[in-house]
Amino acid sequence: MQKVNRTLWQRIKPWFITLVVVLIYLWAFSGIDMSSIKETAGEVTMAILNGLFHPDWDFVYIGDGEDLINALVETLAIAFLGTFISAFLTIPFAFLAAHTKRGFSAHATIGKFLLTVIRVFPEIVLALMFIKAVGPGAYAGVLAVSVHSIGMLGKLFGESIEDIDRGPNEAIVAAGGSAVDSWTLATIPAVLPAFMNYTLYRFEIAVRSASILGIVGAGGIGAPLIFALQTRNWSRVGIILLGIIVMVTVIDYLSGQIRKRLV
Amino acid sequence: MNATLPERDFAQKWHLKALFAIILVAIIIAGSVQKVGIETEFSWDQFFQIWKEMAHPDWSYFPVIVQPILETVQMALVGTLFGTLLAIPFSLMASTNIMKNKFVLSVVRFFLNIVRAVPDMLLAAVFVAIVGIGPMAGVGALTVFSFGMISKLFYEAVETIDEGPVEALTAAGANSVQTIIFAVIPQVTNQFLSYFLYTLEINVRASTVLGYLGAGGVGLYLDQTLSMFLYDRTAIVILGILAVVVVVDGISNHLREALA
Repeated sequence: MQKVNRTLWQRIKPWFITLVVVLIYLWAFSGIDMSSIKETAGEVTMAILNGLFHPDWDFVYIGDGEDLINALVETLAIAFLGTFISAFLTIPFAFLAAHTKRGFSAHATIGKFLLTVIRVFPEIVLALMFIKAVGPGAYAGVLAVSVHSIGMLGKLFGESIEDIDRGPNEAIVAAGGSAVDSWTLATIPAVLPAFMNYTLYRFEIAVRSASILGIVGAGGIGAPLIFALQTRNWSRVGIILLGIIVMVTVIDYLSGQIRKRLV
Repeated sequence: MNATLPERDFAQKWHLKALFAIILVAIIIAGSVQKVGIETEFSWDQFFQIWKEMAHPDWSYFPVIVQPILETVQMALVGTLFGTLLAIPFSLMASTNIMKNKFVLSVVRFFLNIVRAVPDMLLAAVFVAIVGIGPMAGVGALTVFSFGMISKLFYEAVETIDEGPVEALTAAGANSVQTIIFAVIPQVTNQFLSYFLYTLEINVRASTVLGYLGAGGVGLYLDQTLSMFLYDRTAIVILGILAVVVVVDGISNHLREALA
């Protein structure tokens, strides 16, 4: 039987990779102080679970605008407006970042870098900046969501512009159409379903981020949650968590159904 | 000429569906504007003041945030590992081709849907309340967050495997544990590793802000500099976050391409 000859590197490669992974994890675990857990951890966990199973139903609707329904509707309004505005703001960025011609493209490189920066810029910091400009409240949340969403939507929109069939554009130019004709009659109809699909997808994510923006005072359900956690009002925490879970699940389901029909 | 045109009924001719959708969106927008209350003046002075200060980063602050940024990466690594280890059994229980018991399957999937519905920052807030301020809270939040995400990615991968090896092993008399180890795992290892790295990227991004709530990492410095209005230092923190995210994404993308 002939033995397969393997180079030294091929033989030690799996061991080398294992060693690197083990070293990385030894380093990672060394940075986390496991002993720092509070002694009350078990107690608090039980209290939160107890709160989840015995939620404060009275908080659902009070009628003075300080209840769960009101905060959830505000969260949805922030996510919806933010995503809607963002979809329009994104379009120029998407065309800037789309790499539609062969070879190096300066505008696509700049556009893609710009979108990465926007994507990584923490949404909470954006929210705080807008709070400076318009004061605390849901309006600041809307602005933060609409600027932050450009990062991801621009990437997805740009990729769908890159993916379209160029045939119709060339046909319109060949038949004597201007660049504007080629844009409005060929590009826009081709990318519109993808744009709508991604906007809905981004709306699902925006609902999640809008529910945390309240932590810094940018409106929505986050503020009552943090307040309830700080005052150790576990049944209040329970009902708010339940409310968020139901809201996110329903929105994901509805948006998923609409997106299925779009494709 | 008219005869060659396709017949369209009333609803199609007047685009009733599209019209209905547009009116619905318009109503929701009007309602949202009402709710959010966009009548406040936008103060460009205040807004640009922050940018002006951030445009001159305080580089002397950089050494202070190196350690917290590394802690952020450590939290992401440990959280992703714990989340993945938890996700493996659950993803097998949520795959239609492994779990034949419909009841268990739907219970597990329902549970996973609930876990996935909780945003990462809320998990951090809850874990800070449970284990106290520090990186352990971040690890806990990231564990639960990546558990929810990875479980779904994993069970979708398991459901697309080739059933041939599974049937062959079952026919040869293997029990279900042996089938999973020798027929399922080898087929999905590369996809699992790729999804692990993808989740790690998302966790690094998430862990940079978790500290804002006291859950460890560089986010704490975001909170401190912002609340003291030291925007030249905030700029350094943001640049640090940008750098670590770009580096981790780059390494992870490179490895995932090698795995594919």
